[in-house]
Amino acid sequence: MPSLKTFRLRIRSVQSTQKITKAMKMVAAAKLRRAQEQATAARPYAEAMDKILASLGASFKGGTGPRLLAGTGSDKVHLVIVATGDRGLCGGFNSTIVREARRMIRSLLAEGKTVKIFAVGRKGRDQLRRDFGPMIVDTMTDLGRPRLSFGDAQKVAGRVMEMFEAGEFDVATVVFNRFKSAMTQIVTAQQLIPPPAPEASAAAPAAAGGAVYEFEPDEGEILADLLPRNLTVQIFRVLLENAASFYGSQMTAMDNASRNAGDVIKKLTLQMNRSRQASITKELIEIISGAEAI
Amino acid sequence: MAKVSFRLVMPERELLATEADMVVVPGSEGDFGVLPGHAPLISTVRPGVLEVFQGNKAEQRFLVVGGFAEVTPERCTVLADEALPFEQVTPEQLAERERAAERELTDAASDAEKATAEKNLAVAKDLRRAQAYYASR
Repeated sequence: MPSLKTFRLRIRSVQSTQKITKAMKMVAAAKLRRAQEQATAARPYAEAMDKILASLGASFKGGTGPRLLAGTGSDKVHLVIVATGDRGLCGGFNSTIVREARRMIRSLLAEGKTVKIFAVGRKGRDQLRRDFGPMIVDTMTDLGRPRLSFGDAQKVAGRVMEMFEAGEFDVATVVFNRFKSAMTQIVTAQQLIPPPAPEASAAAPAAAGGAVYEFEPDEGEILADLLPRNLTVQIFRVLLENAASFYGSQMTAMDNASRNAGDVIKKLTLQMNRSRQASITKELIEIISGAEAI
Repeated sequence: MAKVSFRLVMPERELLATEADMVVVPGSEGDFGVLPGHAPLISTVRPGVLEVFQGNKAEQRFLVVGGFAEVTPERCTVLADEALPFEQVTPEQLAERERAAERELTDAASDAEKATAEKNLAVAKDLRRAQAYYASR
C-alpha cells in the first residue's frame, strides 16, 4: 500500500497538469473565436473573386486559355501540399491530415506518378519525413504568427507558382482540415492547379442580368493577372480553415484532458482516504487488543 | 434617384459596403466613373485613388493598390490588394514606403526578388503621385 505522502504528491502533480490543460483550453477557445472571425471577414473577397473567375472562365472552354487554368496537359508529376499545424497538443488534428496525405501519396505512387511534397507546417513535415523523406521538396513553418495574414498566403502561393512556372509539377493538391465545428473537422483534399472545372460558369452570365461583361484590358490579360491571385486566395482560405480547425481541435482535446485529470484526481483522493482509514482502523485495533491483553 | 451598391473588399476583410451616387475607380486603362446602370465591366485597377460620391461631393476617398473591379448595372465591387482611407495616409508614410522599396531593390539578390522590388517601387511612386495630386484638390 503506497504511503499517504505519495498519494498527496501524485494528486498535486495531476492538479497542476489540469491547471495547464484548462488554461490551454481557454486560450484555444479565444483564438478559435478570432480565427472564425477572420474566416468570416475573408469570405466577401473570395466570393467576389469566384464570381469574376466564373464569368471569365466561361469564355475559355475545353483546355484553351492559360496553363494555370487549363493545366499542363499531363498529370505525371503531382505536388501534394500538406497543410498542418506547427504544434501538437491538439488531438487528432495533425495526424488525420497526415494520414489522408499518406493515403493519397501511396495511391498516386501505385499509379506510377511522381509525387513531390510541399509541407506547410512543422508537424506534417516531421511525420512525413520518416516515410517519404526524399520527396519533400520544400517546407514552410511558423506561418500565421502572431496572426495569420494575407502575406502568409502570398508566401506559400509564391513558392507554388515558382515551382509551377519552372515546370516542376503538373497537378497541385492541398490537404487540410475543413472547419465544421469545434468538435468536427473534415479532412479535405482540394485540387488547386488546374482548378476543377467551374460548374458556376453557367450561372455567371445569369448573375449579371444576362449581360456579357466588357473587359478592360482584354480577357487574357485579366485572367493572367487574376489566376495567380485566385491561387493565393484559395491558399489563404485553406490556411484560415486550418487555423480554425487547429484551435477547435485543440480546445476539444484540452477539454477532454481536463476532464480526465479531474477523474484521476477523484480516484486518487478516494484511494488516499481509504488507505488513511485503513491505517487508522489498524492502529485502533492494535490499541484495543493491547488494552484487552492487560 | 437610383444608387450604385458599392463594395470595397480586401483579402482579409470588407472595408466598405455602401450605397453611392457615383464611384470613380482608377482603372488600369484610365479612371472610370460608375453611375447606376453602367454597362457590365470587369477591369483591373492600378494603384491610385478611389472616390465614392454622394451627390456631387466625394464623400470618401481610398488609396488602393492593384486589384479588380467588377461592375454591373446595379453593383460595383472593387477587389483591392490593399486599400486605405485617404485621410489616414500621410505623405511621410508613402515616402517611407518608397524608400523601403528602394532598399529592397538594392538588396535584391535574385532576379525574382529584383522584379518584385521593382514592382513595389513603382507602386509606391504611383501612390505618392496620386496622393499629392488629390491632396491639392
